[in-house]
Amino acid sequence: MGMITKKNILILLSIVATFAVVQVLRTMNILTNFHEITLALICINIILAVSLNLITGFTGQFSLGHAGFMSIGAYTCALILLKYPTMWGFLAGIIAGGIASALVGIIIGLPTLRLKGDYLAIATLGMAEIIRVIFLNIEITGGAAGLASIPRIANWFWMFFFAVISVVFINNFIKSSPGRACISIREDEIAAESMGINSTKYKVMSFAIGAFFAGIGGGLYASYFFFLKPNLFGFLKSIDMLVIVVLGGLGSLTGSVVAAVLLTLLTTFLQQFTAVRMILYALLLVVIMIFRPKGIMGTSEITDLLGRIGRGKGRVE
Amino acid sequence: METFVQQLVNGLSLGSIYALIALGYTMVYGIIKLINFAHGDVYMLGAYVGYAVTTFTGLGFFPAIIISMAACAVLGMLIERVAYKPLRASSRIAVLITAIGISLLLEYVMMYFVGPEVRSYPDVLSKQHFELGGVVVGVQQIYIVVTAVVLMALLQFIVKNTKRGKAMRAVSIDADAAQLMGIDVNRTISFTFLLGSALAGAAGVLVGIYYNSIDPLMGVMPGLKAFVAAVFGGIGSIPGAMIGGVGIGVIETLVSGYGSSMYRDAAVFALLIVILIVRPRGLLGKQTGEKL
Amino acid sequence: MKKILAIVCVLALAGGMLSACGKDSGGGDAKSDTVQIGVNYELTGDVATYGNDSVNGIKMAIDEVNANGGVLGGKQIELIVKDDKSDPAESTSIEESLMGDGKIVAALGPATSGNFRAVIPIATNYGIPVISSSATADDDITVDKNGNVREFVFRTCFTDSFQGKTMSNFAFNELSAKKAVIFGDTSSDYAKGLAANFKSNFESLGGAVVGEEGYVAKDKDFNSVLTKIKGQDFDVLFVPGYYQEAGLIIKQARELGIKQPILGADGFDSPELVNLAGAANATDIYFSNHYSSLDKDPAVVKFIEDYKAANGTEPGAFIAMGYDLGKYIVDAIERAGAADAKAIAKALAETKEFSGVTGTFSVDKDHNVVKSAVVIKLENGAQVSATRV
Repeated sequence: MGMITKKNILILLSIVATFAVVQVLRTMNILTNFHEITLALICINIILAVSLNLITGFTGQFSLGHAGFMSIGAYTCALILLKYPTMWGFLAGIIAGGIASALVGIIIGLPTLRLKGDYLAIATLGMAEIIRVIFLNIEITGGAAGLASIPRIANWFWMFFFAVISVVFINNFIKSSPGRACISIREDEIAAESMGINSTKYKVMSFAIGAFFAGIGGGLYASYFFFLKPNLFGFLKSIDMLVIVVLGGLGSLTGSVVAAVLLTLLTTFLQQFTAVRMILYALLLVVIMIFRPKGIMGTSEITDLLGRIGRGKGRVE
Repeated sequence: METFVQQLVNGLSLGSIYALIALGYTMVYGIIKLINFAHGDVYMLGAYVGYAVTTFTGLGFFPAIIISMAACAVLGMLIERVAYKPLRASSRIAVLITAIGISLLLEYVMMYFVGPEVRSYPDVLSKQHFELGGVVVGVQQIYIVVTAVVLMALLQFIVKNTKRGKAMRAVSIDADAAQLMGIDVNRTISFTFLLGSALAGAAGVLVGIYYNSIDPLMGVMPGLKAFVAAVFGGIGSIPGAMIGGVGIGVIETLVSGYGSSMYRDAAVFALLIVILIVRPRGLLGKQTGEKL
Repeated sequence: MKKILAIVCVLALAGGMLSACGKDSGGGDAKSDTVQIGVNYELTGDVATYGNDSVNGIKMAIDEVNANGGVLGGKQIELIVKDDKSDPAESTSIEESLMGDGKIVAALGPATSGNFRAVIPIATNYGIPVISSSATADDDITVDKNGNVREFVFRTCFTDSFQGKTMSNFAFNELSAKKAVIFGDTSSDYAKGLAANFKSNFESLGGAVVGEEGYVAKDKDFNSVLTKIKGQDFDVLFVPGYYQEAGLIIKQARELGIKQPILGADGFDSPELVNLAGAANATDIYFSNHYSSLDKDPAVVKFIEDYKAANGTEPGAFIAMGYDLGKYIVDAIERAGAADAKAIAKALAETKEFSGVTGTFSVDKDHNVVKSAVVIKLENGAQVSATRV
């Protein structure tokens, strides 16, 4: 399959169109600063959700520690930005945040990824808690007071840019040979190993890529929201990301994107219902899961719908 | 030496509470492979039921703990029936998200009605303390440990020696086969939730009395710690949950007593990870295969 | 085709919700007979207690003002209350939605320094004053890192350094303490600020901090650390933190046989402190506060009576601070003479001798308040003396 197919052109066009529409609405001030914050949160949540989906949805490794990776990226980027409050500082911070997070992902992944299912979940949760406690107690991160007055350099363009990069990269990874190996591990690890797939290698690879993009998401967060504190990255943050992934559909990138958009809008929309906000949110979670346990998209992608019309034209099996 | 014994006493009473909550996690996990995140919040509701009973009716410790256990048992079964049963055939992670939803729902419905502030418990048990060779032991600590031990022994008896218990063990090994053997799987699962939630209710009242402080979010951290305790001891194993609970309590106490209190939680989690790497199924867990 | 249709659907849905979010102020168009004030507090999440208490205080004050004819010759005040989930990003987002509408003349909250910092850039950008009644951090609140005063940022509370110094002076001079142990909340910037300032000042006076321990908010078991502390030689135990945990620390410390005085700051101020600790245990407790229930000032007496009549309990510090914040913003609007953000900011900066239930204060050139504290002593759960310092 070549690079220039009808499908790829369509995807590119829709990405550019989405950006253009928002940009025009921004310039006309129909979308205000407040809307831009919501859009930024949507982009960050998309990055976090697709990266977690790679680990949990595609590779089948149940992680409850994604907030830990996000916090590493966020603090790394914030510290660099506080020192170099420029565009280059921002880009360096984002990349450094991703790399730092991926390194920690590899260090933690190597021993813990031998664990399976819920045991892995609790180990990753523990890891995220350890990272949080460390950030709470060391000097450079400001402890409980956190880091304040981080310059805001990220804007809607950068948010959108990194969100698109994350989705495209992870999508291509899944379609690649290592990505297929990851999916085979999800389906049946023993069978995959007997086919000659080094499961540890691919699990760690998926973990590192997921951590890298979680770090980028964290970096974007730091460079947009002025302020970081360790308690932001608690266990509930990891749960929030997992909720997006499961709600969208484990193993569906489209689902993660759609769920990230809808849940972020829902959260913003509920801000005004002060007393019953969390009650409504919780009720919705339960109701959606009961009536749609496979999530909004199941495991299918938006391109599958297109492929169905073209009778498998765009699919390589 | 006195200090060390004192720390052990502290750790034992804290650990007994973790153990009581961990038992509920471990039983539910054993039978339907679900991390029941709402369990910590059932414990919170148990504390509030005990509070209401002792404050508004003036009843004493034993009626309060029994009423609270009954209320939590009903609540636990209700949660299972409404939220988890429709998802019996779905992926485990979908049920997990539902459990998280139920957990948030219980927390914030409670906050809506009673407000977010902490409340202090009425005095129901003697606050007397006595010294044994330099070690201070409270009457309430003895109550906690004794109640926990009695309830755990009772639970162990039910699981090992009754027909219902046998059914529970059968369902946890293979639900389909158990069904074929004429066991009512749904009733057995309900019964498991009943037992686990009742224990959480008891823990709620004990904590309310011992620490004298309850709030709608009080279940979050102990719930997490108890889950860690269950995994530590080998999830699915009842003696494992007891050992895990007491173990985590004692370790926490010793870390803050002799190490740095700032890193207490980090130390607990680090130890957990090490144990899992060395013994991936926890201390007493069964070495069976498992798939997400 | 379906794909494009799906994208259009998602975009339409998103657009619909976004526009719904934008128009959600609830008050409709700003009518000329009301003055709108934004209220952005932690009503759910891990610090929900402080946010709810503050908002209850603010509402009580504004209800009184509205019942007495409102502000600026008869205009009613309308509060637009939103919940930030104790999350700084949500705080930023809410502040944008409140200020972007261009209807509010001032915004109150959030309660904690961290979340308050997250709204400062927004307020500065729009030029609308933002005030917190409890953002106590020393740095980077009203004055930025380069030492410039932030024109639109105000607070009505003590700073951590003031209270930390007050209590260390009190311990050293009044209690003749030479050795102190600090046991504070490490998850709260307020507590960490107090601990750092207590330590540096106590040491510069010639005292020694012989032990530093920490807990995290919502802990209930402090026995292990207290057992460790009991074995040390010290004169006072300083507990920077809030009453929820401090009450339990007092209880467990006294039950373990720790007899030394226990010191704290305004986080101790709540009737629940004594309930949690048990009256008999709440002995030899000292904490700095804004006012004392021993105070015979008629305004304070009336406030406590009114609150008791409505809620059945005595008000805690956050409620009293919220109440004063409500009264203070009304006072500033009156002095500004118009519902205009810039004029209100100017009036806030020029505050002289504003008299509230938490004391009389003026605003200094750094937008911090100048007011005195009282150190309250508890014996058997009752306030027995209040020393103004």
